[in-house]
Amino acid sequence: MRGADPRLSVLRDRLRGVRRVIAVVSSKGGVGKTLVATSLALAAARRGLRVGLLDTDFTNPTAHIALGADISRTTPREEKGVVPPTIHGVEFMTIAFYSGENPLPLRGEEIDEVFLELLAITRWGELDLLLIDTPPGVSNELLDLLSYVPNVENLVATTPSPLSLNSLRRLLKMMLDAGEKVLGVVANMATGEPHGVAEVCRSFGVDLIGALPLDPEIDLALGNPDKMLSTVFGRAVDRLLEEILRKPRVHA
Amino acid sequence: MLLTRRRDRGSWWSETVHEWALAEAIVKYVGEIVRSRGGSRVKSLVVKLGALQSIDREVLEFALREASKIENIDIEELRFEVEQPLLRCRRCGYEWKLDMDSVPQDLAEAIHFVPEVVHSFFKCPRCGSRDFAVVRGRGLSVERVEVV
Repeated sequence: MRGADPRLSVLRDRLRGVRRVIAVVSSKGGVGKTLVATSLALAAARRGLRVGLLDTDFTNPTAHIALGADISRTTPREEKGVVPPTIHGVEFMTIAFYSGENPLPLRGEEIDEVFLELLAITRWGELDLLLIDTPPGVSNELLDLLSYVPNVENLVATTPSPLSLNSLRRLLKMMLDAGEKVLGVVANMATGEPHGVAEVCRSFGVDLIGALPLDPEIDLALGNPDKMLSTVFGRAVDRLLEEILRKPRVHA
Repeated sequence: MLLTRRRDRGSWWSETVHEWALAEAIVKYVGEIVRSRGGSRVKSLVVKLGALQSIDREVLEFALREASKIENIDIEELRFEVEQPLLRCRRCGYEWKLDMDSVPQDLAEAIHFVPEVVHSFFKCPRCGSRDFAVVRGRGLSVERVEVV
C-alpha cells in the first residue's frame, strides 16, 4: 500500500458524538446560506441545545462575521487534535482561524485536502446539532460533504427568484437521484407567499419547511446574536428551527 | 491569528498537540489494512512527512506508539521519510523550494494545521500569483505498510 490517505479512517470517529448533522446547501450563490446556517446555530444555542457550526466555504469564509467571532483573538485549542472555540454558545470551526482575512485561492484537489484535514483534526464535543455552511456551486466542497459526512441531512436554501428556482430543481434532481437525504427547502428573501418554491417542492415531493423574509435590518445586526435573533428574519429563523427539530431525522 | 503552539513546550506538550489526531488516523488506517489482509502484525510502516506541515517527528512517533497500543496493533519497525516542499506556479511555471525554517513562526503554525493556507501567505516569487501547486512535500501520508 503506497501513498494512501489515513485521514479517511477517522472521519466517522470525529463525528461520533454529534447526534444530527444538517448542511445548508444551494448551488446558487447569494441566497443566504451563511446567514441561515449561522442564525439557525445561534437560535439553537439560545434554546439550550449543544450546537456546532462548520464553515466549508474555504476560499471565501464569512460565517465568522455573521457569528461575531473575532478570528484575530480566538483560535481552536490543541487537544489531541483541535477543539473548536465556543462563540456565543456555538462550537465554531472555520479555516479563517488559520488563513485569517487573507486571500485563499484553491484548486479542486486542494479543497478536498482542506476538507479531509479539517474533519480529521477537529474534535467536536457532544453535540445535539452540527450545522454546516457550504459555498455555492456543485463542486468539491458539496461533493466532499456528501461523500464523507455520514448521515448529513441537506437543508436546501433558495430564494423565490426564477433564477434560484432553476438551480433548486437541478440540485434536488441530483440529490434525489443519488438517494441523498433532503431534509427540505427553505425559501429565503421571501416577500410574500413563495408559491414558486412551493410548486417546485411539490413536484419533487420534498417539504417546504419554512420561509424567511427579506429583511434589510439583518445586515446591521450581523455579529450581534441578540440583535440578529430579534429581527423579523431572526424570529422567522427560530420558527424554522422549531419545524426542523419537529421533523424526524431523514434516512436515505 | 493567535497561534502560540510552539512557544512553550511544557511536559503536557507532547500529549496534547494535534499530531495525535493524525497518529490516530494512521493507526486506524493501518489496522484496517492488517485486518483486510488477515495478518497479525505490522512488520514495517513507512510514513512520509511533507515538510510543509512541520510535523514534529518525535511527537508523532510517540503518539503512533501510544495509539497502536490502544488499538492493539503491533508495529515492529517504524520509519519516516521527510520530503521537502516544492511549489510550482500554475500561471508562469516557475518552481521554487520553500524552506520552512525561514518561514515566520505564526505562518508556519497556521500551515502546520492546514497546509493549504500556504496560498494565503505565499505568492509566486516571479509573477505574484497565488495559483501554485504544492508538487511535493505537503504533509503526512502512509508510504508503505508491510503486514505479516
